[in-house]
Amino acid sequence: MTAPTEAPRQIVIVGASLAGLSAAHALRDVGYEGRIVLIGDENEPPYDRPPLSKQVLRGLYSAETSLPQRADLNATFRLGVGALGLDTLAHRIYLSDGTQIVYDRLLIATGTRARPWPNGAEAASSNVYTLRGHADAEHLARGLAGKPRRVLIIGGGFIGCEIASCCRDLGLDVTLAVRGALPLVHALGSVTAAFMRDVIRDRGVDLRLETEVARFQPDADSRVVAAILRNGQRIEADCVVAALGALRNTEWLAGAGLAVSPKGVRVDTHCRVLTATRAVVPDVFAAGDIAHWPSAIYGNRLLAVEHWGNAVAQAETAARNMVAGEAGLIPYDHLPDFWSQQFGLNIKLVGLPTGANQFAVVQGSLRDRRFIGVYGAQGRTVAAVSVDSARWLPAYRAAVAEATPFPPIVGALDQADIRPQPLARAVS
Amino acid sequence: MKVVVDLNRCQAYAQCIYAAPDHFALHGAEALVYDTAPDEAARAEIERAVQACPVRAITATSDVPALMPHKVGDR
Ligand SMILES: Cc1cc2nc3c(=O)[nH]c(=O)nc-3n(C[C@H](O)[C@H](O)[C@H](O)COP(=O)(O)OP(=O)(O)OC[C@H]3O[C@@H](n4cnc5c(N)ncnc54)[C@H](O)[C@@H]3O)c2cc1C
Ligand code: SF4
Repeated sequence: MTAPTEAPRQIVIVGASLAGLSAAHALRDVGYEGRIVLIGDENEPPYDRPPLSKQVLRGLYSAETSLPQRADLNATFRLGVGALGLDTLAHRIYLSDGTQIVYDRLLIATGTRARPWPNGAEAASSNVYTLRGHADAEHLARGLAGKPRRVLIIGGGFIGCEIASCCRDLGLDVTLAVRGALPLVHALGSVTAAFMRDVIRDRGVDLRLETEVARFQPDADSRVVAAILRNGQRIEADCVVAALGALRNTEWLAGAGLAVSPKGVRVDTHCRVLTATRAVVPDVFAAGDIAHWPSAIYGNRLLAVEHWGNAVAQAETAARNMVAGEAGLIPYDHLPDFWSQQFGLNIKLVGLPTGANQFAVVQGSLRDRRFIGVYGAQGRTVAAVSVDSARWLPAYRAAVAEATPFPPIVGALDQADIRPQPLARAVS
Repeated sequence: MKVVVDLNRCQAYAQCIYAAPDHFALHGAEALVYDTAPDEAARAEIERAVQACPVRAITATSDVPALMPHKVGDR
């Protein structure tokens, strides 16, 4: 299929968050003057999520994290309205307020939501929390302000660890229950994850590894008072946070005939969505946490990235392609990157450690809790991590982008001591 | 005002902290925390922080757009 020939006059963006707003900004940046309608099922204008688990929970600065909007954005926001269905042939979206809207181009940017605690009745307890949105953060912040005797966090991903860190900053006792052998291991690999295990324990978190919570024990008011582990052990806790990862908001696309899976909506290299039979839908695009996209840098491997930087960059490419003709389409080529702040450390990663089986500290040391580490797969450098060494990470970014031989020699740094070590398991 | 920092870009140069110490701070050695919604009265400081950042990681807008028609820190 070719690109639509008519220039768009109405661009509809479903999902009014980071990717949606970034796309709207980018449309104006490239000179698009037509209508932009942003549809978002949350009641508030686009806001930033990373501060929720780093600042808002500990009451630092403001609970308001609305994203800056340029004064000349001139977009129509329909907030508190969800998209319920999509008809790509009629170019029509069905909305929760009973209305419909037609588009010349559509951007799907409906992101993810927190994976709920699987037992619905337990999840509904007033002291069981998840964290994805602003309302969640304010709700949990109120719970933490009530000085629970022990907070139990279930899940050893970034959000679980960041919440644990906030709890320690607030002087709260906290247990972090992690199913695997190490926290953060999927994102960071075994060496950095083992380093983080030690940091987390040093900062006073009761970190329980290879621990699965089976159920909660409620009191007469059905508030949780304890969790029962699979091995029968009991952990008393009067505040429970399920930090079990995210689910993609694809339900509204059921019936639209698109290639949708738990990893999101499949797009081509130009951010255009694909049908179930892998045909390009030339006027529908997707970006951000919802997109499942082929990475040119990683040999067209399909990626589902849940990071801030990807949402911004992919939205910008999608926006440009929405107003470009077929000849003007640009490919999306982005090196995944993210940061996390926890336990007073600044952790940053570039590249994709997935599949890496080697790791080398190339600067600083684990002992000093300041280092740069690089990941190798099949003799190539595929990712780099920095802990409190952000200034030096850009030098390794280039090595990662070019997949230089592992371990990379960067600049004139004294790297005489590099000793690559195997990762316990290829990072999955 | 509304402020956001691209922390992928931030390299903890701390220039923003010198420019607007009440609105930017380090948590530990280099984790930047910042005021996401500073009062309009802090505009001059925030603008200084935006300009001071060597990697242009800070974006800020005024809630009173007439006073500041262009977004500060165009990335
Ligand atoms: C607590 C927290 C901390 C984070 N920290 C970091 C970090 O330190 N570093 C990092 O790189 N990334 C971090 N992230 C990830 C980052 O915030 C996300 O990658 C980013 O928000 C993705 O943006 P998005 O616009 O694609 O999706 P989302 O932000 O998920 O936005 C999707 C929007 O669409 C709405 N929506 C869903 N379905 C519909 C529908 N049918 N109709 C209308 N609207 C709908 C949703 O309600 C939501 O508002 C963090 C995320 C969270 C939750
Ligand atoms: S001046 Fe810029 S790079 Fe430095 S700490 Fe502030 S935001 Fe980060």
